[in-house]
This record gives sequence, C-alpha cells and structure tokens, in this order.
Amino acid sequence: MDPQTIIGRRVAQELRPGNLVNLGIGIPTLVANYLPEGLKVFFQSENGLIGTGPIPEQGLAHPLLTDAAGKPISALPGAAVFDSAMSFGLIRGGHVDITVLGGLQVDAGGRLANWMVPRKMVPGMGGAMDLVCGAKRVIVAMQHAARGTSKIVAKCTLPLTSERPVDLVVTDMAVIAFPGGKAMLLETAPGVTVAEVLAVTLAELTIPDKVPEMKL
Amino acid sequence: MKAVSTEQAVAMIPNGATIMVGGFMGIGTPERLLDELVRQQKSGLFLISNDAATPGKGVGKLFEGAQVSRMIGTHIGLNPKAQQQMLNKQISVDLIPQGTFVERIRAGGCGLGGVLTPTGVGTLVEEGKRKIDVNGRTYLLETALRADFALVHAFLADYAGNLSYALTARNFNPVMAMAADTVIVTAEHVVPIGVIAPDHVVTPGPLVDYLIANE
Repeated sequence: MDPQTIIGRRVAQELRPGNLVNLGIGIPTLVANYLPEGLKVFFQSENGLIGTGPIPEQGLAHPLLTDAAGKPISALPGAAVFDSAMSFGLIRGGHVDITVLGGLQVDAGGRLANWMVPRKMVPGMGGAMDLVCGAKRVIVAMQHAARGTSKIVAKCTLPLTSERPVDLVVTDMAVIAFPGGKAMLLETAPGVTVAEVLAVTLAELTIPDKVPEMKL
Repeated sequence: MKAVSTEQAVAMIPNGATIMVGGFMGIGTPERLLDELVRQQKSGLFLISNDAATPGKGVGKLFEGAQVSRMIGTHIGLNPKAQQQMLNKQISVDLIPQGTFVERIRAGGCGLGGVLTPTGVGTLVEEGKRKIDVNGRTYLLETALRADFALVHAFLADYAGNLSYALTARNFNPVMAMAADTVIVTAEHVVPIGVIAPDHVVTPGPLVDYLIANE
C-alpha cells in the first residue's frame, strides 16, 4: 500500500456519523475516498459550502462551484452555501467536528507548523490557523519524513500555525497522539516496527506496552 | 444605483486606490472589471483580496504588469508572479488568517472598530498587536478594514441593485459590498425587479453604487 493510501484510510476511521469535517488540500483531501461503508458525514469547503461531493464527470463541472483550491467539485443533495464570514464562523466557533490538515512539522508537544518556510516558500496560512484554533478535533495527515528527515521533531523550527496542540498525527508509519502534552505512539503502519518508527523520529515518543498495527 | 459601462466604472478608480475584490481563487471575481483595470493600466493599487488567484485569472491579472504595490490577503501560493514580487520586495504583502481577514472586513462594513479573535495567538500573527483577555481566554485585537472601492461579482442583480449569489462564488462578495466607499458590481445576469424574491436578496440594493450594464 502506498503512503498516501495508508494515511487516507487510517484517518477516515476517525470520522463519526454526522460529523462536520473540513479536509485540507493534498493528502487530507484523499480521506473522502476511504470513508467506511455507510458512514454519513458532512464535508465543509471553507470557500462556502457544506455538502461537498465528488469531482464532477468530464464536462459537467460548474464554473461557480469549486473547492478551496479552486478545483471543480459537486454538491450533494442537502448541501448549503454561505459566505466566508459564516464559513469561518463555523470554523472558529467550534462547529466543525474534525479538521484534517497537512503538515510540515509537528513537535513533541503536538504543535503544528504548516504554512511557511521563511524566505523560501511563503504562500500564506489561508484558513489553517483558524481551523487549528477552532475545530473540535485537529488531525494532521502527512508523510512521516520528507527526503529522509523526520517531520515529527522535538521543537518546531518553522513558524507555528497555532499554539493549540493537535489531537492526532497520522503518517505512513505511525499514529501519534499527545496525552498530557507528550507524544505517544499509538499504532504503527502494517509491516513497520516500533524500532523503525523510533529510528526515523526526531521527537521523544512515549511507547505504551502494546502498540498495535493499524487495521486498514 | 447607477448603471455604467466597465470603462466608466474603472475610470473612477484612481491610481493608488485601495480596492477590495471579491472571489476565492478567481471564483466569484468580477473578471470584466479586472480586464478593464489592466487595459486602463491602473497602478500602485492597494489590493485587499483573499488570494492572488492564478496567473491570468481574477486578481492574478494585476500582477502580470505589476499594478499592485501593496496587498492584504491570506494565500498567494498559487500565483508564482505574486510570490516572486513579494519575495523580491517589489510589493508589500500582509498575509493574515482567512477568518481574521473576513472579520476585519465585516467589522469595517458594520461600523465596528475591529474584532477580538483567538486565531493567531502564540504565532507570528500576534506581532505588534494588542492582546486582550476576556473571561480567561486570550484574544488578538484585529482592526477593521475598509476600502475606497469594492469590486463585487453577483449571480443575479436586479434593476434596483439587489444582489444574489451562486454556489461558492458568493465567498467574500457580500461582506465586501458593505465595506467600501464605492461599490461596483458585475453580475452574470441583470434581471427585472421581482425576479429575486425579497427572501433571496443577499445584498440589498442601496449598498450598490454602480452596476455594470449589459454591453
């Protein structure tokens, strides 16, 4: 299984019936492809839609209906549209149950950096800071390492997205949570050992007695 | 509300004006006004817009000929021209959280001095801002934003200037229509009064100064 599929499938297991969910650009978007059979959730697109549906068939895209990356999407029956003030009211106001975001770094205390690399890549934070600040549950979906370097670090060297710690990090190697503000290894990916996770991770991880494999 | 041509509307905008432009990645942006801003070579613009769209689309067009000197937005990552001009310090760009961006504009349109938001506390965003504790939580004081002109795109506009919007093309448009001295609107369709039911009007006609006539 490729890294993105592992991450997408595992994150999808975190969604509960009726949740209002915001998926970020990139790997998080893939989560929608792996919803457990029969699970009904609402996807919010922060450009003003609840009820985001699949990418329309060739030739059926509506020019005034896109996701937050400007890509064509569809709207499911029962969808609702609203302006950006309400969209971010939903986000900041605690009405979004789960936000899934990409990450550049997550540190041992669960703090996320995902919006800029000073002097190199400064795209802007878009909606990320509001999402981490306001969603009930924050899940980071990212590769464990980039070009051999761990993205789970002792302390973020990149500018933080929020001072609020995230709730869960799902990578292609591991699931990590932050009980009491400390990183704890909850699961490993199929075929990955605890020792292998520890070998590539630059943050101290608490290892419980039992670390099960992800059930994908 | 007065019906004007795109040429007349853009001629009213002086070089150096502060303009708010609706749209999200170019969706819901008044493209005809952007094309005319390019044609009339307006320069030194202070742009207040969520993003820089992509090259050749929406407000992205303004970066081709370096017509923007300053920008407040939330994300410019998908327009390499805008990125380059910012990193070269040709333009000054304030990147702020999107929820803060829209609330500052909403405050500007609603007669408020600003808003208190928890977003950005403990990050680079808090630099130079007042922190205020309310009921045990820390907030940043984010001041109101207004513009000389708001360039708004609606789906329907009736002869009285009442506006309704379509799908995700609504985004920042109704909020910006409250927050500028002069509001200029393009619409996909200009329709007789009564076609937009009162319950479906999102932006009431008196907020609109100029509507681009069918040309």
